[in-house]
Amino acid sequence: MLGELFITAGVLALLFVAWQLWIGDWIGAAQKNAEGSSISEQWASEFAASPTPTVTPSPTASATPEPTKTAEPVIIPEAKNGAVFGVMYIPRFGKDYQVPMAGGVSRPITLDPIGIGHYPGTPMPGAVGNVSLAAHRTTYGKPFNKIAKLRLDDPIIIETKAGWYVYRFRNLEYVKPGAVDVLLPVPQEEGVKADGRYLTMTSCSPMYWKTERIVAYSVFESFTPRADGPPDVLKGVK
Amino acid sequence: MYAALWRILPGPWWVRVLILLVVVAAVLYGLFFYAFPWFSAIIDPDSGTVQ
Repeated sequence: MLGELFITAGVLALLFVAWQLWIGDWIGAAQKNAEGSSISEQWASEFAASPTPTVTPSPTASATPEPTKTAEPVIIPEAKNGAVFGVMYIPRFGKDYQVPMAGGVSRPITLDPIGIGHYPGTPMPGAVGNVSLAAHRTTYGKPFNKIAKLRLDDPIIIETKAGWYVYRFRNLEYVKPGAVDVLLPVPQEEGVKADGRYLTMTSCSPMYWKTERIVAYSVFESFTPRADGPPDVLKGVK
Repeated sequence: MYAALWRILPGPWWVRVLILLVVVAAVLYGLFFYAFPWFSAIIDPDSGTVQ
């Protein structure tokens, strides 16, 4: 009787480890991708259903297909803690990668259940300054698991209700957990006014530890309003 | 404990095995989707962010 209880406890402990390392990630990643996909579809159908207020100002005709056309980015208001405002696509992380983004970086409210968190007080996508994000590198579907595999110029696409914001990856860095200066308007430049549109993604390092942080910097490339449809970089991804 | 459970279950052996499989599946579902996420947040509440 007692022996059986101990065996049961041991099996439970092993199951927990297996869940934490693998099973929970399969479940979490699948849930997050499904969630991101359904949010994206909901925005698309909402837009299609809306009686086209057609702000779409296309007076300059479409005869000028520039190589990297960008509209002036629409900046959506900052999301409340745990409120989903975007979906992130990173083709380098997989074709089906589409993880929801929400306000705040607390584990129980945003990072565990939703996916990618937005540091409160940092700009929203497309804005001048440093859009700062955090997500798990291991466990809970590990949204930023492959962050160290990013290569120069990899597209990082954020979809919001307003449209698509494309960033291009520049470089990685490893810092101590207290290095909050990576979230400054110009990363790590104290007291400097924002001079560009940056994106900073932070996650844990080394994997399964939290003694350091890994940071991925990207720069803004373009914004595509929802009326114009998904940008070319997303084609072949969805 | 498990021997008693086996005796309590009705039907021939393959019915009992079937019932146990269903029970095990239900228990695993409860663990993976509810118990473990809850427990994990308790033992390590602040990883992933800067304090």
